[in-house]
Amino acid sequence: MKIIKNKAIVEDNWIILRLGEQQSPESVLIPDGKIIVPLQVWLQQREALLKRSELGVWLASDERAELLKDDVDKFSVIAVDFPKFSDGRSYSIAHNLRVRLGYTGELRAIGDVLRDQLFYMQRVGFDAFEPRPDRKIEDAIKGLSDFSEFYQKSVDQKLPLFRRVQRSRNLSL
Amino acid sequence: MYRYDQYDYQIVRERVAQFSDQVRRRLSGELKEEEFMPLRLQNGLYMQIHGYMLRIAVPYGLISSEQVRMFAHIARQYDRGYGHFTTRQNIQFNWLKLQDVPSILADLASVEMHAIQTSGNCVRNITSDEFAGVAQDEVVDTRPYAEILRQWSTFHPEFAYLPRKFKIAISGAKEDRAAIYAHDIGLSVIKNAQGEIGFRVLVGGGLGRTPIIGVEINDFIPWQHILTYVESILRVYNQYGRRDNKYKARIKILVKALGIDEFKRQVEEDWEHLKDGSGTLTTEEVERVCSFFIDPAYETLPNDDSKLNEFKADSRSFSNWMLRNVLPHRQPGYAIVVLSMKKVGNVPGDATAEQMEVMAELADRYSFGELRITHKQNVVLADVRKKDLISLWQEATAHKLTEPNFGLLTDIISCPGAEFCTLANARSIPLAKMIAERFENIDFQHDIGDISLNISGCMNACGQHHIGNIGITGVEKKDHEEWYQVSIGGSEGNESSLGKIIGPSFSFNQVPEVIDRLLQVYLRNRIETERFIDTVRRIGLAPFKDYVYATELTEEEAVDDKYAVVPAQYDIPYYSPRF
Ligand code: HEM
Ligand code: SF4
Repeated sequence: MKIIKNKAIVEDNWIILRLGEQQSPESVLIPDGKIIVPLQVWLQQREALLKRSELGVWLASDERAELLKDDVDKFSVIAVDFPKFSDGRSYSIAHNLRVRLGYTGELRAIGDVLRDQLFYMQRVGFDAFEPRPDRKIEDAIKGLSDFSEFYQKSVDQKLPLFRRVQRSRNLSL
Repeated sequence: MYRYDQYDYQIVRERVAQFSDQVRRRLSGELKEEEFMPLRLQNGLYMQIHGYMLRIAVPYGLISSEQVRMFAHIARQYDRGYGHFTTRQNIQFNWLKLQDVPSILADLASVEMHAIQTSGNCVRNITSDEFAGVAQDEVVDTRPYAEILRQWSTFHPEFAYLPRKFKIAISGAKEDRAAIYAHDIGLSVIKNAQGEIGFRVLVGGGLGRTPIIGVEINDFIPWQHILTYVESILRVYNQYGRRDNKYKARIKILVKALGIDEFKRQVEEDWEHLKDGSGTLTTEEVERVCSFFIDPAYETLPNDDSKLNEFKADSRSFSNWMLRNVLPHRQPGYAIVVLSMKKVGNVPGDATAEQMEVMAELADRYSFGELRITHKQNVVLADVRKKDLISLWQEATAHKLTEPNFGLLTDIISCPGAEFCTLANARSIPLAKMIAERFENIDFQHDIGDISLNISGCMNACGQHHIGNIGITGVEKKDHEEWYQVSIGGSEGNESSLGKIIGPSFSFNQVPEVIDRLLQVYLRNRIETERFIDTVRRIGLAPFKDYVYATELTEEEAVDDKYAVVPAQYDIPYYSPRF
């Protein structure tokens, strides 16, 4: 499958595990390979999962980044789900993973990921995106370059504009 | 006023390009309406009954004559020759075509304007005291801080998809003129005992279905920390505000559910991590922004002008206008002038393209080329020499801009209601007109004195009826007829309060008589110069209620047709899902 990573379209073979109705986080069987497991599965099957060489975890929008407090360095990828693009909680989750928990690895946006939100996602620390499969990924990637300047600090740019550049004062003075 | 530098321009230009492309994708069908909606809503583009309405931001209500001329141009070129000033100091155009919006935005960008975040579940236009910088009771000029907050909130990446809309208002005078208690965040700029500037922060106010007066979360946040403190409030709200029910999604519901103490604890716990970080404001930045809000080149003038008194004696209309619409200014020899958008018979808040051009012209000649939009839908010329008042009044009168009713009964705030809004239960605008006509007599209005009357066509409260001294709301009953609920005792400002409903609702034609009776009770009970709201507070609801319901209400005579909603003429937009 193709995803956007570090501003480029790349091939990717991580598999996101989503639990079915009948499955429970304690007992679900996790296939071998590069799997991104739900946070609840990580919390329930931690010991077994720790033995894997490569592991990813994903958070739902109503889960807290703080639950991964001492664990962020154990994952090759952390993903955050957007159940609907209008669910803005995942932006704060990403912010908290990066800023509060100091996570520096791949942070991937999954779910209802659309071109017009990509710019904001990138600003709060996402560096990988799985655009919704019914959309052209070549179009989606354009969303990353909608703006070339912004006012406030966030994760991608740690300084607000007023600390970065010399802005003009009232020229009529 | 603030002027864009290369960065502001760049951001706004890139926004025009981005939105134009979104419109293109919508028109080509690439974007479904469901996907386009939140995008257009981040850009003030609503779909109303007849078509698209665009809300343009007037940051903290401050605007130049050049910008007002651009509104006139938009009104003529793309709309039906008029625009509508809103209660959040913005302007709206009601009759636009989607395919024209990119050009309108480009036109706006050329005069440093935009429609960014004027709707949608994001931080909206920051509103402020319309008399900032000129009011006699001002402690700190709010304009620089409002501008700093505007920039901070513009395209804030983390807070573009909040549970619900988010409104911030800021006031810096002794008297709150920005309704800070009715906002998601209300800021009052103050000085502490050491003379240092800081913010008293209120949170969780809001009207709508569940009206709540904001509560204090912190009594003094030093100015350096205001951006990070607001950021923490928003982060807690973004994560924990309800998203399952849009009527319970405003921050006020979260604050209520957690209690202010717990909410504050969570905010300040988050803030611990940000405080003193890179988001902290610098002296340099505040000084830079302050440089745009220095006093204009005032002349040294005597404070009294004998000609004015002579003319007042000659002209009742002029003296009435002086009494209500001309306010004292900080600078001797100057006055603040309120141009009324509430001429009896007109739609409250509407201005024609011609009136806009006249106002721009008056601003150029008499008020340093600047104007302000008030949150009561009027327009202010803030720096007028007293010796110019007579000529200004004469010219403005020729264009119906001098109704001497500022703060009086016919200075009605009304939402668009059934003519424009799909959610309406009621004809707000026709009702406003009918009431204004009934109480048109200016001597009577002056006798009644300060009073506010607010009309909302449904419980969403766009007309802010909860904080009107008299509030009217359209309610629907089972029979699907329109009914009007009347409340009294609401007010904004330092002593904000929510109105209480007086009893069963009324028919459209009964409302003027109800108001008449309320006023009679006031006139009978008032002590000296007591205002309507003070009488209500002193004697309570009961005497009003008793008298209103005492005898059968006469309906206004069969004037029904006159106030009927006129079926609009418009082309059905083919891209509208509503048709
Ligand atoms: C006709 C199109 C309009 C629609 C569909 C509309 C819809 C709404 C809705 C649904 C709310 C409630 C939001 C909530 O409680 O969370 C609301 C609030 C509000 N609207 Fe409108 N509105 C419209 C036009 C206007 C206009 C023209 C104005 C200004 C003159 C306005 C001013 C307001 C204000 C001030 C509030 C906030 C009340 C509060 O603090 O909760 N609206 N609007
Ligand atoms: S108060 Fe109701 S009727 Fe009036 S504009 Fe708002 S949503 Fe529409």
